[in-house]
Amino acid sequence: MNALTLVLVTPLLGALILGLIRPPPLAGWFNLGVSALSLGAALWLAWSVALVSDAPGDLIGPNAGPTASLIAGSITGAISGDIAGMPFRVDAFNVYLVVLTAFVALTTSIFSRPYMAYVLEIGRIGPRRMRTYHSMYQLFMFTMLVALTTDNLGVMWVAVEGATLATVLLVSLYRTPEAVEAAWKYFILCGVGIALALFGTVLTYFAAQQVIADPAAGLNWSTLYAEAGRLEPAVMRLAFVFLLVGYGTKVGLVPMHQWLPDAHSEGPTPMSAVLSGLLLNVALYAVVRLKMLVDGSLAHTAAPHLAGNLLMGFGLVSFLVAGLFLHRQRDIKRMFSYSSIEHMGLMTFGFGLGGPLATFGALLHMLVHSLTKSAIFVTVGHATHIAGTQAIEQIRGLIRTQPTVGWSLLIGVAAIAGFPPFGVFMSEFLLLTATMKTAPWFTLALLSGLAVAFAGLFRHLHPMVYGIPPEGQQPVSANMIPVAIHLTLVLWLGLAIPAFLANWLDRATGLITGARLL
Amino acid sequence: MNLSLLPLLQQLVLVLAALVLFLSFVLLAQNRLISAIHAFAWQGALVAAVTTVVAATGHIHHLYFSAALTLGLKALLIPWMLHRLVRRLELERHTESLQSPTLVTMGAVALVIFSYWLVLPMIQEELTFTRNIVAISLAVVLIGLLMMVFRTQAVAAVLGFMSMENGLFLAAVSATGGMPLVVELGVAFDVLVAMVLFGVFFLQIRESIDSLDVDRLNRLRETPSEIRGENQ
Repeated sequence: MNALTLVLVTPLLGALILGLIRPPPLAGWFNLGVSALSLGAALWLAWSVALVSDAPGDLIGPNAGPTASLIAGSITGAISGDIAGMPFRVDAFNVYLVVLTAFVALTTSIFSRPYMAYVLEIGRIGPRRMRTYHSMYQLFMFTMLVALTTDNLGVMWVAVEGATLATVLLVSLYRTPEAVEAAWKYFILCGVGIALALFGTVLTYFAAQQVIADPAAGLNWSTLYAEAGRLEPAVMRLAFVFLLVGYGTKVGLVPMHQWLPDAHSEGPTPMSAVLSGLLLNVALYAVVRLKMLVDGSLAHTAAPHLAGNLLMGFGLVSFLVAGLFLHRQRDIKRMFSYSSIEHMGLMTFGFGLGGPLATFGALLHMLVHSLTKSAIFVTVGHATHIAGTQAIEQIRGLIRTQPTVGWSLLIGVAAIAGFPPFGVFMSEFLLLTATMKTAPWFTLALLSGLAVAFAGLFRHLHPMVYGIPPEGQQPVSANMIPVAIHLTLVLWLGLAIPAFLANWLDRATGLITGARLL
Repeated sequence: MNLSLLPLLQQLVLVLAALVLFLSFVLLAQNRLISAIHAFAWQGALVAAVTTVVAATGHIHHLYFSAALTLGLKALLIPWMLHRLVRRLELERHTESLQSPTLVTMGAVALVIFSYWLVLPMIQEELTFTRNIVAISLAVVLIGLLMMVFRTQAVAAVLGFMSMENGLFLAAVSATGGMPLVVELGVAFDVLVAMVLFGVFFLQIRESIDSLDVDRLNRLRETPSEIRGENQ
């Protein structure tokens, strides 16, 4: 049994067993155990990738000409293998997201155990739905890990759609009319989006068939990447538009973002943490992989940066629009959902900008955003339990009622808004620097967007944290360990990125752009 | 492009694909739910027929399997599940007409033209067959989308969703000779799970708003008029 198999089998088996475990406390602990095992497996996988990654040939991209592309076929420090007849391929780029996914899954499951026990205790859900919750939690992790590690674009599509299916019942878990409505919207919009992505995948396969002899390998990303220069540009252009709109719906890009604030705010809070922190990353990962193919195909046409420009456009619009919407929110979880859209927009913009610096910044931003945002959602979960509502106007004086929750919220929001000592500042700074270098006029838009978002977050935050608490507001038993771990990591990443991590991200940058930064 | 120069079997595929497109229009304009489900079942059967013909023309053996899968899933199982749900929710006599049927139908026609406009410059002129089939599939997908936008009844929206899947499958089968088997199985599995979940949702929606008119799902807005409490 190798590391990759273990990474995939653990959550799948976990989901099956959790479907059978009846006593909710036991299921909570078991869920935690499965997540811990997944993280162990993910680290093992990362270690084995690190061992092979030093192989030469890292720098060969599809643009290096026909002779080089043959060598690139055997690319670049990746582990590949077949599981159950499906090709998998793990390199520095996706293994970093695998570890991140497993890590946030673990810390969220630490938070979710007492949180869901409380929800069960106050009678919002019964033991049966609790079982659904735990089982779907692991199934969701499984689909995300498959989407990240598979080499086959079709399987990736199936896994991303599977992630929607696994989470849709969790969004409606509380069965309030709002929750059912949110889940329906989520289901329909993401279903439509993802259907368009399948059309794009079919078109890609069609383009592949003209150049790749073996039909079974025609959807394998590594094969396609090696032959990217020969794929018909006109077909790939259209395919990318469909793929971007499709997967972009799941990233939450404006104007396909309508489902996101609803789904993230109506589901149980641990779900909001993993949806915002992880699922959006997986969808963006898919977009970036496909952009690499299209860039290779369009390299010698009149508009070689079409894919990048599209990403920049969608990213910038999402970034600016979501920043403005932050001001209008009256529900705390909706507000932070819009903040997620804003940050996904910024990352999309960064990947669209291309070049090693921007890509490195976007990769780092993915990491720090996931850590910070899931920490914030965990804190928000406690805050809503203290106040008994999600309405911003009724959450007051958290610092006085329960200092740990109040301070965590304050620090978390300071981190996500991009205040200096935190990692988000670092990545945003890198992205801004890259923008100034290649597209200076966009700097203005980015800076004003950051200011608008900052103001939007803090005008709501201030009274929630410092205001006068209503009479009789009681502290709740809160488990702040995950928040402390995440925020410490984000702080650490802001002060000094450890050399191995910088090297790791740099290797991923090399894979995506064909040139390394460090 | 001269269609009559194509091999007969390819012409047959095109005729069948045209019928699939025709059924998309029928679905779009159909007022009675039960009839719409029947139209959808016929569409699934036609897609299965296309798959069989393509399998026979290209001697692609795994496509026979896909054809059987499509027939079982799209023409029999899903329509049967929808039928059962409609009976269980007592919607057999439910009719619901589009707000402005002429306009929507014209919109669908425009979508067909748009699909051809998009696809024609993309694929070389020699591939007459592929050009047509991709354009038709895209049109079926887009009309499914249109149906989901304009049909406010949840079951009709699901039919739109499923007919989009039909369009996608048509494209995969006839333009590329079918996706690799593992992908096709995965997609079929997802569609089946989605159908089961749709069934669960019909009941949940019915329970929460006492109707299946999804237009009435409108409690979540940007700035709700009253603050919703008790909602963690």
